[in-house]
Amino acid sequence: MQISGAQMVIEALTLEGVDTVFGYPGGAIMNVYDEIYKQDKFQHILNRHEQAAVHAAEGYAKASGKVGVAMITSGPGFTNAVTGLADAYMDSIPLVVISGQVPMSLIGTDAFQEIDAVGISRSCTKHNYLVTDAKDLPRILKEAFYIAASGRPGPVHVDIPKDVTAQIAEFDYSQPVKLETYKPHTKGNPRQIKKAIEAMADSKRPLFYLGGGIINANAAYEVRELVHKTGIPAVETFMARGVLAHDDEHLIGMLGMHGSYAANMAMSETDLVIALGARFDDRVTGKLSEFAKNAAVIHVDIDPASISKLVNADFPIVGDVKNVVNEMLEISSKIDASKFESWRETINNFDDLHPLTYHEDSEKLKPQWVIERVGELLGDDANISTDVGQHQMWTAQFYPFSRPRQFISSGGLGTMGFGFPAALGVKAAAPQQTSVNFTGDGSILMNCQELMTAVEKKLPVINIILNNNYLGMVRQWQTLFYDKRHSETDLSVQPDFVKLSEAFGGIGYRVSTKEEFDAALKDAVEKNVVAFIEVIVHRLENVMPMVPSGGSLFNMMLLEKKEK
Amino acid sequence: MTENSERRVISVIVVNEASVLSRITDLFSGRGYNITSLTVAPIPDSKYSRLTIATSGSVRVIEQITKQLHKLIPVLRVYEHADLVEKEMAMVKFPITENLSDINTLCEAYNGKIVNVGENVIIAMVADEPKRVENFLKVIKRYNPKEIVRSGAVALER
Ligand SMILES: Cc1ncc(C[n+]2csc(CCOP(=O)(O)OP(=O)(O)O)c2C)c(N)n1
Ligand SMILES: [Mg+2]
Repeated sequence: MQISGAQMVIEALTLEGVDTVFGYPGGAIMNVYDEIYKQDKFQHILNRHEQAAVHAAEGYAKASGKVGVAMITSGPGFTNAVTGLADAYMDSIPLVVISGQVPMSLIGTDAFQEIDAVGISRSCTKHNYLVTDAKDLPRILKEAFYIAASGRPGPVHVDIPKDVTAQIAEFDYSQPVKLETYKPHTKGNPRQIKKAIEAMADSKRPLFYLGGGIINANAAYEVRELVHKTGIPAVETFMARGVLAHDDEHLIGMLGMHGSYAANMAMSETDLVIALGARFDDRVTGKLSEFAKNAAVIHVDIDPASISKLVNADFPIVGDVKNVVNEMLEISSKIDASKFESWRETINNFDDLHPLTYHEDSEKLKPQWVIERVGELLGDDANISTDVGQHQMWTAQFYPFSRPRQFISSGGLGTMGFGFPAALGVKAAAPQQTSVNFTGDGSILMNCQELMTAVEKKLPVINIILNNNYLGMVRQWQTLFYDKRHSETDLSVQPDFVKLSEAFGGIGYRVSTKEEFDAALKDAVEKNVVAFIEVIVHRLENVMPMVPSGGSLFNMMLLEKKEK
Repeated sequence: MTENSERRVISVIVVNEASVLSRITDLFSGRGYNITSLTVAPIPDSKYSRLTIATSGSVRVIEQITKQLHKLIPVLRVYEHADLVEKEMAMVKFPITENLSDINTLCEAYNGKIVNVGENVIIAMVADEPKRVENFLKVIKRYNPKEIVRSGAVALER
């Protein structure tokens, strides 16, 4: 079939089963948008900023497990999208991002809206392409989808010059992907797996260290089975929230900088770390030389470069965590689950000593209460996104997650402005569930233009703004480590968030009591239109417990005990 | 990191395609690895090129470099050599007024010779192990070399 490059983009997206594309048009990508106008195979969602389009595609990808797609124009369209690419790269989110480029004849001439897009995206994508001939486009797009979704997932960027989108060439999408240089290793070495199981059986204080890779690999239910069969307690990383249900008795909690005391102590006392799809991030390990100091390490990961990068693995297993866990399940009966009872008791004692909690306040709402309350009211039914800051950590700590893909947040890059557009993508992928975004008074202003997208496309995301009139997380560090010099973090001057939402056609609430909050949330769920619920919360609340940057996991700053 | 830093030679086989070299060099600069020398040339009768990269780092860093290189999509293979034959070439321009027979004798000791004679200058070349090339360049200092060019190392596993 002889068609134009622009038509090829539509055909390829259709053949890949894409039902939603997020994007923003402009000169260099107009030929493709012309074809979007003519087709009805997928919906296009016009975000109001290219960064938001990519975050929405990320939210869509995370909630659905499919590849997210975003489309943007050259120059400023592309540079606006870079934060989204970097975010997806850090969190291993499968995306295909298609950008327009100036015509081939103008490349290198500093043409209008020309920027070296592949030069910029190289270091923040899994792979990228500059298409120089329409005849390569079917192959490249097919490779792009394959590379994005396979192995360790990630964003792939395809830059298409305008004349290539007009060029007519043969379109044949039936050729299988042939990439001799890219063959992800998905099956774990059976000998290593056997040795790992033996190490688990021999250990006294083993600990599962569950990472976000489990969710990417759709392996959460297999992991649940393995945890239950072996009786080995588990900690989750921030990215792994929802792998185990919040009420699973084997789940100790989240570890890391704002992990629970029990989780961090368990990691410090374990004699065998069983890392599944986790990458020993510095926010997780604290001081590396003191991390799980007396433990052997089993490390299962699809990415060989993640293994022994920071912590030496005694049992390295390269493979898809789902495959590996399935193989482990087959021989896991060697492990006597009852053996770890006293170890579990030790951990329970840690938890009794310093449980993850907060102190209520008679005057002002506590942000943690709000999150717990949403958990009580919406629980399993809601998908939860967040922005970045204290509210994000409290969400990870206090929301009762019960399933994988329920929690969507920017972990690796920590991108303020991620939450709202991501929640739109989540809603587009899972319309039957409520999409809630916990955000801050700082973060929400980065991408609040998405109110327009939400109203236009009827994507009723509920944004719960935990308003502390501060860039709270930075303020917390200033309080603790900069002698309370709150440099440029006071957000006393604020917009009227209620009117802001209303100006776009959304609804808004300002609440400062529990009763008002309950009523507002109920109303927002019923009204089914994009909402801002501004909750006035205690200004100076800190996220606790906390491992100060560079400190050891077992040296936590703890919540002060309340005087009775 | 306080671990010992060692010189290592890594060969990388890549698909000949646009921007593959910048993918490699970006990886080194982006992750803070050193490149001491880098050579690239196509492999005859194939769609691949071979890069030889001399670098340095601790054992852990070298392992990361090879793994990260391998992750790049157009990279076919990465060899981190333990036992290898390594050669480098250097060309040096001398004033014709220097002692040419001394220079010639020295070149011969380093697998080289005088390869060009002009009105004012001669050009000599040597090809030897990088360490020995370095030595040669030290020794010839007294003959007032005008210009020196080194090729960077190429290597093959034994
Ligand atoms: C784009 C971006 N800029 C700056 C930061 C640094 N930063 C991290 S948290 C934070 C404060 C966020 O404030 P807010 O959204 O009000 O959340 P809070 O911590 O108050 O809950 C800042 C500025 C960031 N993560 N991302
Ligand atoms: Mg705030």
